Amino acid sequence: MENLLNIFVRSIFIDNMIFAYFLGMCSYLAVSKTVKTSFGLGIAVIFVLFITVPVNYLLDNYVLKAGALQWLLGESAASIDLSFLSFIMFIAIIAAMVQLVEMIVEKFAPTLYNQLGIFLPLIAVNCAIMGASLFMQQRNYGSVLEATTFGLGSGIGWMLAIVCIAAIREKLKYSDIPAPLRGIGITFIVTGLMAISFMSFLGIDLNKLKAQPAQTEVSAQVSQPAVSEGTTTALNAE
Amino acid sequence: MSALFSAKNREYLLGPLSKNNPVIVQVLGICSALAVTAKLEPAIVMGLSVTAVTAFSNVILSLLRNTIPTRIRIIVQLVVVAALVIIVDQLLKAFAYEVSKQLSVYVGLIITNCIIMGRIEAFALANKPWPSLLDGIGNGLGYGMILVIIAFFRELLGSGTLYGFRIIPESWYIQNGGCYLNNGLMIMPAMALILVGLIIWVHRSKNKDLIEK
Repeated sequence: MENLLNIFVRSIFIDNMIFAYFLGMCSYLAVSKTVKTSFGLGIAVIFVLFITVPVNYLLDNYVLKAGALQWLLGESAASIDLSFLSFIMFIAIIAAMVQLVEMIVEKFAPTLYNQLGIFLPLIAVNCAIMGASLFMQQRNYGSVLEATTFGLGSGIGWMLAIVCIAAIREKLKYSDIPAPLRGIGITFIVTGLMAISFMSFLGIDLNKLKAQPAQTEVSAQVSQPAVSEGTTTALNAE
Repeated sequence: MSALFSAKNREYLLGPLSKNNPVIVQVLGICSALAVTAKLEPAIVMGLSVTAVTAFSNVILSLLRNTIPTRIRIIVQLVVVAALVIIVDQLLKAFAYEVSKQLSVYVGLIITNCIIMGRIEAFALANKPWPSLLDGIGNGLGYGMILVIIAFFRELLGSGTLYGFRIIPESWYIQNGGCYLNNGLMIMPAMALILVGLIIWVHRSKNKDLIEK
């Protein structure tokens, strides 16, 4: 459970899709003009990531990895390694899933479909979706549950970023920006500044946090004398 | 031969290098442009890989353009691009293993690079193979050029090296008694974004017609 929480928080804040890996930048820059549309796109991305990452996880572990076909073909399949096919399989799954999601949403939630309409088909070529599947493959998550959590977290992180930049861009309209920087240029710089602020999350080590609770009180008491000791030595030095 | 390099065809090849640059004017393919530019070597390899994929996918889809039904064209495009990217990935793993490790997932992400899909949709599906090839090469090189510019500054200021060779002498460093420190921020993702912003600033001050209202 703690592990899942760890993956979830990591994928939202520390390994944020946009600020740490620049994934999904194209739609991030193109669609972030108003908060409302970017929120819609964010929801669609979360939805698609939540479905495609676990599906690709199963595909990777039961079909593509070296020896993964053993459950189907027995010992003789131990030497089969289809991992070079993973790019084409992942993108096929993503395209198919996006199509499927589009049809389901159209059938059962027409209002949502009308709101998302234009964005849904575009998601197939959003780097964030493909990137999440590739990171999932590279990081070797232990179970479907972990992969799903990672997908969900990455989606939320992506939505957080696009909603933030949309809100800033709405305000930027009223500022006096040097002419050549207007529009895309300033958006890049603001994103860079936001990335710097997100870098502060890098210092969070969730594994330590887990071992911490027993120590926090002790460390608080310890830190107190340490400070006074420091000041006394400083005074002595003077 | 002269017909092959007529003024119009030269424009397809050279336009994307400045006036119509895919990264800083059309704002496509930003994802990988920023992630692989901490060092010059992966940036150059990435630029060449993308050039190869854009050029060949443009040619192949331009040849197929009259046979693909419009409704399923996205899937066909994705399959062609994915097949080319797999070839590039296997070649990199075979001949430039270290660089392919550094590029990690970003090789696979060439598939979803907006430049490739954008050029196919906007150009290859409406033009003959030869102009499509030139357009693909031009856009790939335009993308590679921006990558190299960003990587040049990031590697020089962030690590004090260029293409792995030391530019700033060891003796200048503070730990060796000098007064120089690498700018650690340059290695961080954030600085890549700001550098692109600055490049856009310089480029648009030179080309006033590109300025947004």
